[in-house]
Order: sequence, then C-alpha cells, then structure tokens
Amino acid sequence: MVLFPVTGPLSRPLAASGRSTLAALGSIGRASALFAGSVRALRDIGVWGPLLLPQMARVGVASVPIALFIAMFTGIVMSLQASYTLTGTIPLYFVGTMVGKTMILELGPVLTGLTLAGRVGANISAELGTMRVTEQVDALETLAYNPIAYLVVPRTLAGILMFPFVVLLAIAMGIMSGWLTALQLLDMSSPEFIKGLRLFFEPWDVWFAVIKAVSFGAVVTGIGCFCGLQTDQGAEGVGRSATRTVVISSMIILCLDAFWAAVLL
Amino acid sequence: MSIQLAGVHKAFGPKKVLRGFTLTLREGETAAIVGPSGCGKSVLLKHLVGLLRPDAGTVFVDGRSVGDLRRRELVELRRKIGFVFQFAALFDSMTVAANVSMGLRRLPGWDRKRIAERVGECLGLVDLNGLGERLPAELSGGQRKRAGLARAIAASPKYLLYDEPTTGLDPVTTSVIDRLILRMRDELGVTALVVTHDMTSAFRVADRITFLHGGKARFTGTPAEVRTAGDDVLRGFVEGDPALYYGLQGGQDDGA
Repeated sequence: MVLFPVTGPLSRPLAASGRSTLAALGSIGRASALFAGSVRALRDIGVWGPLLLPQMARVGVASVPIALFIAMFTGIVMSLQASYTLTGTIPLYFVGTMVGKTMILELGPVLTGLTLAGRVGANISAELGTMRVTEQVDALETLAYNPIAYLVVPRTLAGILMFPFVVLLAIAMGIMSGWLTALQLLDMSSPEFIKGLRLFFEPWDVWFAVIKAVSFGAVVTGIGCFCGLQTDQGAEGVGRSATRTVVISSMIILCLDAFWAAVLL
Repeated sequence: MSIQLAGVHKAFGPKKVLRGFTLTLREGETAAIVGPSGCGKSVLLKHLVGLLRPDAGTVFVDGRSVGDLRRRELVELRRKIGFVFQFAALFDSMTVAANVSMGLRRLPGWDRKRIAERVGECLGLVDLNGLGERLPAELSGGQRKRAGLARAIAASPKYLLYDEPTTGLDPVTTSVIDRLILRMRDELGVTALVVTHDMTSAFRVADRITFLHGGKARFTGTPAEVRTAGDDVLRGFVEGDPALYYGLQGGQDDGA
C-alpha cells in the first residue's frame, strides 16, 4: 500500500534513496543476525574448536611476511622523513621518538589492518562466497552443521587472536628498520636513537595498539564472512563480495582508528 | 508417516515460484518431480530440509511442520534426510573420504574406526572404491555425483532427496546414476524424491511422477499414466514439443 504517492520529477530520486535506505537497513539487520548467531555458536566448541588452529595459521602466521615487508619500508621512510623535518634546534634523537610513537600508535596497527583487509578479508570473502554459490554452505546445513559455527566463528576468533600478534611484529620491524636507517644514513648512534625512543614511551601505547588490532581483526574477518555468505550470482558475485569486503573493512578500520584515538588517548 | 507438502507458496521478490504446491510421498516409494528448468523444483526440495521456509502452506516431515522446528529439532530432522546436490556440492578442500565422513562426525558414539568403516561401505555402494583419498577436483562429473550420493547416504537416512542427479551427464553415466537411485531404494529401503527435467531418467527411477507447472502440481501419476496423459502441456514437456507445451501452433514463444 502506498501511503504518500509521489509523482513528477522527484519520484525517481526519492524511490532510489528509499531503495538504498531499505537495502542498508537490511544489511545492518543481517549483519546483526550474523553477530548474534556467532555469539550463540560459541557454545558449539566441538565444531569450531578443531578448526581454530589451522585458521590462526592462515589468518595470522601466513600474513606475517607481507606485514613485515610493509612495516620495514614504513620504518625506513619514517626515519628519513623525521630527520628531514627535525631541523634547527630540535635534537636529532627525536627521530627515535617519532618512529616509535607513530609506529606503535598509528602506522603499525592501521597499515597492517588495511593490508590484512586485502589479504585476509578478501580471501575469506572469496572462499565463503564460492562455498555459497556452489551450495557447499547448504550442504553443511543438510549434514547437521551450523555454518556459522563451522565457518564464521573459527575465522573471526583467529582474526581477533592473531591480528595483535601480527601488528606487534610489524611495530617491532618498523622500529628496527627505522633504527638501522638512523644508524646507517643519518649519522645517529644507537644510544641517541634509543634515548629518543624511550623519551615519551608509555606502556599504555602498546596496549592501545593491541586494542586497535583486536578490533581490526574482528572487523576484517567478520566482514569477510558476512560478505562471503551474502554472495549470489556466481563468479561475478564472488568478485563483488571480495571487493566489498576490502572497501567496507578499510572504511571501518579508519573510522575505528579515529574512534579509539578519541576514546582512549 | 512420510513427507507432505500442503499448499506451499514461495516467492523471491516479485517472482512467485510456488503457488500452492501440494504433494504427499508414500513410505518407501521413489517419487519424481519433473518440470522445466527454473520452475521451482530445487526450491521445493530446499523446503524439505528447512533451507527455505514457505511464505504460506506447510511442509510436514514425519508429521512435524519443518517451518516451526527449533534449530536443534531441525538438526535432528536433517539427520534423517540425505540431500544429493545438483553439482554434488562437495567440500573442495577435503578428500572424498573426508566429505563422506562429514555427517558421521556429528553423530554421537562414532569413533574414527567406525567412521572409516562406514565411509568404505558407502564408497563401495556407489562404486567409488579406492577413490577416497582423491580431491573432488580430481573426479569426473559422474564420480562427483556418486561421491555426493555416498555422503548423503552415510548417516543411513530415512529419506533421500536428489536435486537434478543426472544434469550434465552423458547417457551412459546417467544410466549408472539412475541404477544407483534404484539400488538405494532396494538395498536401503529409503523414501526418495528426485527432481529432474530428464524424462528418461524420471521414467526409469520413479514409482510416481508429479509435473510441476505454474508453481503447482499439475499432474501426478505413475510413469505409465504420464505417458498416456491427455494434458497437452504435460505431453508437450514429455515429448519436448514447444507447440504443445506453450499452446502455440508451429512455434515457440519468446520466453523459451
């Protein structure tokens, strides 16, 4: 029943915005249902338990090389840019401060999160999307498995548990490469760099990075699972789901980054 | 008690797929639902295992309404039903044996040895002895369908649902699959529902055939009754005659 029929030039954009709103609300509803289902499926440990370790290896251990690669170059660039910026009266040992602070608080977690949105999120989405369009998810259900317990819970838990591990390694690599750059290219000594590194260091900074990494892990794997399970229309749909996962995860990572900075710092 | 579909309606958006479909399966029989591609046959099967819920009407399995079951009750019901998917839907990261064992791992009291024995039995029943360690990608189309059948029968279900079991197979492999369907009925005593658009296969395996048209059961009868039916649309479908099927003289309509 149409309560307020709209005609004329406004009808099309209004209808389009209405459809978009309904689609967005529908997605939020389905995502909420998946979240609630995942919490309930935690009880089904007999199903997800044996799958957790392999997923931790896939999500975490396999992501270490690319995370370290990116962190290494980030550390080098940070060190060089810091020395370029710190001219005049500012002592050069602040290079250590800048490299340490930015790697721990921002670049370590966020760059790793964005990278893993592509590597892990897209991978999960494509895998689950293919399972959806080839009826493997339906097959799980007919074999008396809860697909959320079998597919979503182990992947999401693996993300939550392993992202902090990968992020901490990336931070360590970024600081190490920044340090080596300072020694080799900036005429700094190790005591100078370490002095700068320790100057404003707070242990809380590391916890801040871990909290961000946990939230990014949940977002990347959770959205990967959600988009994957919503896949339809064959191979094209699988590609669309993978793209959507990367885009949405990246946006939410940046929003969460700002949120945690506002709430925790 | 068996399977009963009572006035089932289902629509996807504006497209009404089922419009009051009614059918009762008798214990121990193999029934076939035939109809053109896209007429809602697979949708119908998915209602029986609770993968889809009807918009209206009721689906009864063993006297219980599938749409009203709680999650745990649905899991129990699904243990009684084996589902053979159109393209087998094997888990492609697992070996054939691991695929067949999937349902058994969920059963209480089944240890590894018992599961391995049962997997061997099931692979033997579908003539896939020795192929348990292969990955699905290493199997032919017919072998994949047989592996899907082995997985469906592993937990000794009371009912077997076949979704287009012979689609995409050559005539010889089709005949092999049809014989397996009959073998499941004779050796395991299962009640089976086969949806297909392959009339040769339907005539070969079914005790009763239902013609799904316009979202309803347009005709139900034995294979002999289907062959001699006076319904032009059914005859058109069985004989592959577009003029009869679409009610046109000398041609097919644009939608064909």
